[in-house]
Parts: sequence; C-alpha cells; structure tokens
Amino acid sequence: MKRSAVLSVVASFAVFVLVWKAIVVIGGYPPFILPPPESVASRFVRGWADGVIAPHAWSTLVEIALGLLVGTVVGLVAGYGLARSALVERIVSPYIVAAQATPILALAPLLALWFGPGLTSKVVICALIVFFPIAVSTMVGIRSVDAGLLEMARSFRATRRQVLTTLEVPAALPSILGGLRVGVTLAVVGAIVGEWAGADRGLGVLVNLARGSLFDIPLMFATLVTIALLGIALYLVVVVLERRLVGVR
Amino acid sequence: MTGGARLVASGIDVRFARRGEPQTEALGGFDLAVERGEIVAIIGPNGCGKSTFLRVASGLLAPAAGSVTLDDAPVTAPDPAIGLVFQEPRLLPWRSVAGNVTYPLELAGWSNERRAARLGELLDLVGLADARDLRPSQLSGGMRQRAAIARALALQPRVLLLDEPFSALDALTRDRLNLEVLALWERAHPTIVIVTHSIPEAILLADRVVVMTPRPGRVAAIVPIDLPRPRSLDALDRAVVSDAAAEIRGLLGGGALAA
Repeated sequence: MKRSAVLSVVASFAVFVLVWKAIVVIGGYPPFILPPPESVASRFVRGWADGVIAPHAWSTLVEIALGLLVGTVVGLVAGYGLARSALVERIVSPYIVAAQATPILALAPLLALWFGPGLTSKVVICALIVFFPIAVSTMVGIRSVDAGLLEMARSFRATRRQVLTTLEVPAALPSILGGLRVGVTLAVVGAIVGEWAGADRGLGVLVNLARGSLFDIPLMFATLVTIALLGIALYLVVVVLERRLVGVR
Repeated sequence: MTGGARLVASGIDVRFARRGEPQTEALGGFDLAVERGEIVAIIGPNGCGKSTFLRVASGLLAPAAGSVTLDDAPVTAPDPAIGLVFQEPRLLPWRSVAGNVTYPLELAGWSNERRAARLGELLDLVGLADARDLRPSQLSGGMRQRAAIARALALQPRVLLLDEPFSALDALTRDRLNLEVLALWERAHPTIVIVTHSIPEAILLADRVVVMTPRPGRVAAIVPIDLPRPRSLDALDRAVVSDAAAEIRGLLGGGALAA
C-alpha cells in the first residue's frame, strides 16, 4: 500500500474512535450501554492476553473455514451446472432461490436441531449462506465467457476439460472472486448465527455470555471487535488472492 | 507450413433453425475445389454464407448435406492441418502474446521446450518478437491480428482459412498485412482461402476470386487473376486488375446475383 493510502486508513480510524468517545462523553452513557473506546481497547488486549477470547475465536474461525470451503465447492459446481444446462437451471434454481429467500436466522434453529450443537450445524449454516453468492457469481461468470473464444478453442480441438481449465475458469475468475468477497463476509454472519442457535463455544457464544451471565459489556464489545477484525482479515485474504490470480488485465 | 493441401467442398447445404422463425438456408449446393498451394478469395454480399463456408471447411460446423475433403480425407471435425483466423483476433485477454500464440500447442500437449522453440519461429514470422510478453489490451489492432495469424500457423497447417481477417483495420495496416500474408505464402505455399469484402484485397492476394450469390450462398462465378507473383501493391495499378475488378463488380451488382 502507498503511504498516502495507509495515512487515510489511520486517519479515518482515528476519526471513528474520536466520534465514539465524543458520543460517550456528550451523551453521558454509562459503560454498560456504551463503554468508551479506551476501556474496550484495554478489555480487548486483556481478553486476548488472558486467553478468554482466543479459544472462542479459534472455533469460530474453524467453522468459517470449513463452511466457506463446503459452500464454495458446492457453489462452484452448482453455478457451472446452472450456466451450462438449461435443464439444471429450470429444475434447481427455484430451490436455490427459495433457500436463499428464507432468512438463515429462521433456518438456523432447525439446522441446529438436525445436526446437533457441534461443529456440523455451524458448517452447514455457513455453507448454506456462502453457497448462494458463489453459485450466482459462477453462473454469471461462466455465462459471460465470449462465445467467440469458445469457438476459437474448439477450432484448436480443445477437449471439454481443456475448455474448462484454460478458458472458462480464467474468464469467470473475476466474477467468481467477486462472489467470494461477498461469501467470506457472509460466512462470518453464518458462523455467528449458527452459534446463537445453539453452541458451547465461539465468538457468538462469547457475545451472549458477556452480555448475560458475565455481564462484562466491554468484553462484549471486545468480542464484536474481534468478529469485525476476523471479517476484515478474511476479506483482505480474498482481495490479495484476487490480485494474485487476476492481476492486471 | 509444409506445402498446401487440396480442399474440396461439394454440395454443401447449411440451414439455420431458430425457434419461432422460419428456417434460413445459409448455403445451398456450394461447390468449390481449391488446389494445393492456391490462394482463393471469396467475395459476396452480406449474409451470403461466406463465413459459414469457412466454418464448415474448418470442421466447426457440420453441413446438412455435402462434404468437405482435405487431400481426399473427409473433414468432419477441427483438424490440425487447417488453421482458421477469425474476423476478430479472439485472443485470451489474460494471456500474453506468447501464451496466446502457443495456446494451440499447449492444447495439443507439446512440451514447454518444444513450445518455446516454436514460439520464437512464429513471432519472427509475424514480426511480434518484441511484443511476446505484452497483453492483447496493450497491442494495436494490427498486432492483435498478427498474433491471431501466428496462433493459426502454430501447428503448421497446410490450409489457412481467413475470415475477413483485416476488415476492422485501417487501410494502410490492411495493405501491410496483406503483403505479409503473401510473404507467408511465398515461404511454404500453403493453400489459402480468404473471405473478404474488398475487391482490391481479393485481387491482390488470390489466384482465383470466387463470387458468391446472396443467401442461400453458392458459387456464382470464378474470376481468375492473371497477375505474376510475387505481387506487390504496385500490381494493383495494372490493366488486368481493373478488368478483373470491373468483372467482379459487375457480378456482385448485377446478373449473376439477381436470382
């Protein structure tokens, strides 16, 4: 990143913290409604230092990673099928849209009931929410592959598999990675929602604990900050991946 | 390229069916024999099926009737002995010139070393040695089409099919590339079939100019061009040229096409 870019990120963060502090001071909110930024920051540091946050963050990260993996793989396959087969689209797309239109919050308790309070239900919920943007972006990307290029590849006797690897995937990659950008942030949502529907650990659980039995509002905020940072980190991973794979065209 | 092959099309019918529309006949009884090492230009009104014929000849499109043979062997699928250059360059935008030119070699399973060696020859042939690492978006229109020609030549085809390859280029670039096509032909005498809208281009390149009828396309007349080779742009000033041009123009505008 350029120096000016770093500076603008730092500056906007400073403004955010100052506004937060100003709201606390001017509004006179007690710490259990809106703790000041410095107490959240110190609770964040302490929470990581004494090992309260880390195990929860780790289980959430595992849920996200597995859910993202499953959702992405299924989404890629389904998206390709939707793009290349009118029959698949006609038969499958109503269910995909219906699954997407039903709020994941409403489905989560059911899935927790079916798959138990362990890792599996979180991965399923995560995968379900990630699946849609990946499938749609894959479908759009594969469909947008220039017919002229496909004919060109055919004229050089490309096999079905060669068309896929040398033409369709590279051509659809910017679109797929766009879907993945949406997917990673939704994966975080999916994991937290899954934890709320029933779990014994994870950042979503910690938010509930901090608000409830522990009544440690700064810890709750520190957990929210952790979730946000996790989302940002995952998003940046995709951005870096995109730079690597797509680069300048 | 290692010499040309004889390309014979006989009785080609092609029909296109679109849902909700009456079937259109693109080619109806199209016959043409192109001799070894001959250059034939095909000229005709818009939509007469010129490009369709090249698709059939290259094995991309199966005709409803008739057949295409290459040295007496039927062409039913894309064949490495036939190189096709499209109207647009159709380069892969995420690959460099080198990656595009060697694309057919990669698909054919050539090793990296063989590909690299052939790449050097091909880039020299079309004058793109300095552009090997550039992306298509960094090239001029003429350079893109040169890269497309190099790609079509990669597998050393014996027949080169060109589908209005220079129609999107400015007149000067077009002249230069036509001369380069002639220079390519002088090296190995491949059989060349070029579809064009330009009468001067057809005359400059071809031994025979095939004039097609409107849809359904078939051969209306064949005009031989008696110009000595090697040819240059000056050749276009000669008397035979204006006679041939007038004849082609007459065929395109009048009698043969009225039907």
